[in-house]
Amino acid sequence: MTSSVQSGRPVRFQPLNVGRWLVWGLTALLFLVIPLIFKSGFAITLLSQMGILIVFALSYNMIFGQGGMLSFGHAVYSGLGAFFAIHALNWVGAGTLPLPVSMIPLVGGLFGALFGVLFGYVTTKKSGTPFAMITLGLGEMVFAASLMFPGFFGGEGGISSNRVVGDSVLGISYGPAIQVYYLIAAWCFVSMIAMFAFSHTPLGRISNAVRDNPERAEFLGYNTQRVRYLVLIASAFFAGISGGLAAINFEIVTAENVSALRSGGVLLAAFIGGAMFFFGPVIGSVIFVMFAVALSEWTKAWQFYLGVFFVLMVMYAPGGVASLILMNLRVAKYRLFAQLRDPYVGILMTGGVLLVGIILVVEMSYHLTINFAAGSKTSIFGFAMDGADPAFWVMAFGILVSGALSFEAMRRYFAREWGAVQEKIEDQLRREQRG
Amino acid sequence: MEFFLISLLNGVSYGLLLFMLASGLTLIFSMMGVLNFAHASFYMIGAYFAYQVSTWVGFWPALVIAPLLVGVLGALVEKYGLRRVHKWGHVPELLFTFGLSYIVVELVQIIWGRAAVPYQVPAELQGPLFTLFTTSFPKYRGFMMLVAVLMLVAIWLMLTRTRIGLVIQASLTHPETVEALGHNVPRVFMLTFAGGTALAGLAGVIGGNAFVTEPSMAALVGSIIFVVTVVGGMGSLAGAFIASLLIGVMQSFAIAVDYSGIKLAQDIGFTVTPATPLYSLFQLSVSQVAPVLPYLLLVLILIFRPKGLMGTREG
Repeated sequence: MTSSVQSGRPVRFQPLNVGRWLVWGLTALLFLVIPLIFKSGFAITLLSQMGILIVFALSYNMIFGQGGMLSFGHAVYSGLGAFFAIHALNWVGAGTLPLPVSMIPLVGGLFGALFGVLFGYVTTKKSGTPFAMITLGLGEMVFAASLMFPGFFGGEGGISSNRVVGDSVLGISYGPAIQVYYLIAAWCFVSMIAMFAFSHTPLGRISNAVRDNPERAEFLGYNTQRVRYLVLIASAFFAGISGGLAAINFEIVTAENVSALRSGGVLLAAFIGGAMFFFGPVIGSVIFVMFAVALSEWTKAWQFYLGVFFVLMVMYAPGGVASLILMNLRVAKYRLFAQLRDPYVGILMTGGVLLVGIILVVEMSYHLTINFAAGSKTSIFGFAMDGADPAFWVMAFGILVSGALSFEAMRRYFAREWGAVQEKIEDQLRREQRG
Repeated sequence: MEFFLISLLNGVSYGLLLFMLASGLTLIFSMMGVLNFAHASFYMIGAYFAYQVSTWVGFWPALVIAPLLVGVLGALVEKYGLRRVHKWGHVPELLFTFGLSYIVVELVQIIWGRAAVPYQVPAELQGPLFTLFTTSFPKYRGFMMLVAVLMLVAIWLMLTRTRIGLVIQASLTHPETVEALGHNVPRVFMLTFAGGTALAGLAGVIGGNAFVTEPSMAALVGSIIFVVTVVGGMGSLAGAFIASLLIGVMQSFAIAVDYSGIKLAQDIGFTVTPATPLYSLFQLSVSQVAPVLPYLLLVLILIFRPKGLMGTREG
């Protein structure tokens, strides 16, 4: 018996985790520096929206990736949090609520958690597919109800507000977008740390167990339903914070904030990034905002591209972008990347041709059916295209078909080489284990 | 009386349409464990295909061709999409169909545009079928009910009286045994998926011109049919039938009733003024609340009878 057991306090080996301090330090630095690199107003908008979505997607991943609960109604918590936050902001403006604007997201978070307590009681009675359907139904209910009470939800027009309230403190009035960005960045950073810490609490750990093997967790004496319920409440709290941030950033909250579209969006962001990794949804949020805000400036078909991208990820990389990065890092670590160089070049080139073909066909037909008022002529990649001229269609389909055929051939070649490389790595791992 | 009968008829015809969708969804779910999120998308594709085919060869051939095309599409989706994802488990399957529903809405807009297409009821079926007191009941509603009932009888006969139906039923509960007996279970799955989507397509053909054929039509019924399957009990065809009729009738009655909390309070002897607490709650009329009712029913069912009306298992 060691002395630690006798004294009743286990002694744990806890060295200073240098890697973790480094990662979080770099993240903080990135938050600080990035608006100094991308200075344009559009970039700041983009960054602010990324910060909001990162909080939302990470909160979603607390139940989805870590708790194994696929929800189609998570926007309920962020949206209702946003509504309460914007009312709070209006009360602050009217002088009835003494609260600094910087603390408004907390209002959203508290009300998000409150609705988590309320709705979570019903939804977490189930898990798996029934849970998914109930959250969907509940989301639709809240959306329909939000249009029924124009007094609180503002009907179709929503509730608008003004975030510049009272005197500025230390020059911070939240008038300029950059100040709002730093507010969002601060909340985002704090929430990220809090959610990461949550994933290491006993509750966070047991929620992983409930995800992987609910029966066994139950035999260990845990009430799986209560675990799901508590995790959902915590997740709803952070979702509410993201809603509060959105309320400050956009100064308007509409029924769209609680809609199924929002719930679907956060699911897409979390999954594309990689739900099995803590940092996956962060990558996913950046990609999602790129699609939804940046790409939508260029094309009206962005949702189509996003949908196709999502389905391809589901089919070929269910671990998301994060898993792709880690797998390639593993290949690089074992110095086998040279074997994959040719397949990568091949698949990227043929994939590029295929992508150009798809874009041409989609943009031309979109232009014909939706933008028809502007005429059939359009410009894609700087080339003038005419959707009314069959010659362009022949060309577009030619590129599409040749791209598809060569891509399929390259995909098989790549899959073969990839499999061989993975086998080599597994082999080496086994040899290392044997010593 | 007149209001009651007409609302009942409208409700039943809407409920039968819901059942055409929910039956395919239930069959696919109970067989493959896959909740087909894109089911309503196939309904929409059915309506658009029917519109396109009917502009070339007329409505009657479209009634047959469009569901078949949708079924073929469903088979392709199962074979080249869903089957690949199957090895990852149920959640990726659900996500696959979810992504598919995203793509279908966009594809429909790319091909047919964002506005509604002029998909009309054929001339033979226009006009009233009969007149009850003073309100006439449209012929097309009667036709919808007829098609739905015929389809219902056809599935029931196929599932219980034919060899294929027996294999399907056996694959539902004992896929390994059926496989050991020499049946190609993946092909049975593919055919079931194709059949389910074809049913959704048929519902689209007859629902598209009764309502409006537009890109948002999938989202409108999509969540309702999920409610139907949960309320009826996951995987129970009989439960889905009862729940569809229940929700259909409930919706058509609620939409037509203009009775609010204020009137209720007056009838039991209270006066409600804007100063009363929760005034906005009292103000709502039943017809305003109608869109929420199915979801409210869902939540109530889950609290008091978690396995659904006719369900046998608690998921």
